[in-house]
Amino acid sequence: MGNWVFQPSHFTAVVLFALFASTVFGITQRETPRSMIRYGIYCFVLFVASAIALSWVMFFIAR
Amino acid sequence: MRYIQKGMTTEEIKKTSTKTGSQDGFVYLPLIAGWLVPGGGHFLLRKWGRGALLAASILGMFVLGLLMQGEVYASAHDILVLLGLVGDLGIGLPYVLCRMLGLGDVQVMVTTADYGTRFIVVAGLLNIIAAVDAHNLRTGRKS
Repeated sequence: MGNWVFQPSHFTAVVLFALFASTVFGITQRETPRSMIRYGIYCFVLFVASAIALSWVMFFIAR
Repeated sequence: MRYIQKGMTTEEIKKTSTKTGSQDGFVYLPLIAGWLVPGGGHFLLRKWGRGALLAASILGMFVLGLLMQGEVYASAHDILVLLGLVGDLGIGLPYVLCRMLGLGDVQVMVTTADYGTRFIVVAGLLNIIAAVDAHNLRTGRKS
């Protein structure tokens, strides 16, 4: 897109991905606003936590 | 379609009839609108807040993918590329716009470009989920 280039770190990319995906999951998979927020936060935490956990697993496999 | 259950009071039956009566028209319109324009199906159903959040999330992910120099798939020469193309097509009109403007044509071999390609595909897949959600709202399967 022209001269605009976005080069995030791996962790920033994970957080952005988790943020957008969990927002859509929260809205589409639950009915009330309260449960949407709760489910969105739950998905966000699971996305980020599983990415960190898998990163450590890969770190130890690679050693 | 009216969902009148056994044991419902007259008041509840009236409410159900009024609710469904106001939803005449082409039942797949929110699904198609939601596919073509992210959040469009929800806007059509006057779910402004949900529509705005969905549009911001899906378009945000798509634009960030482009800014990361991600690739927008244009052909289907093998099965993985075909799957990527299907994901990309899920975004609807923004895909057509990108193809017309030549955005996402570059094949840059950097890590963030690969992330960008995934962001673009996932944005399309999320848009399909959002469009189906709009359809469910329209049919009354979800409130």
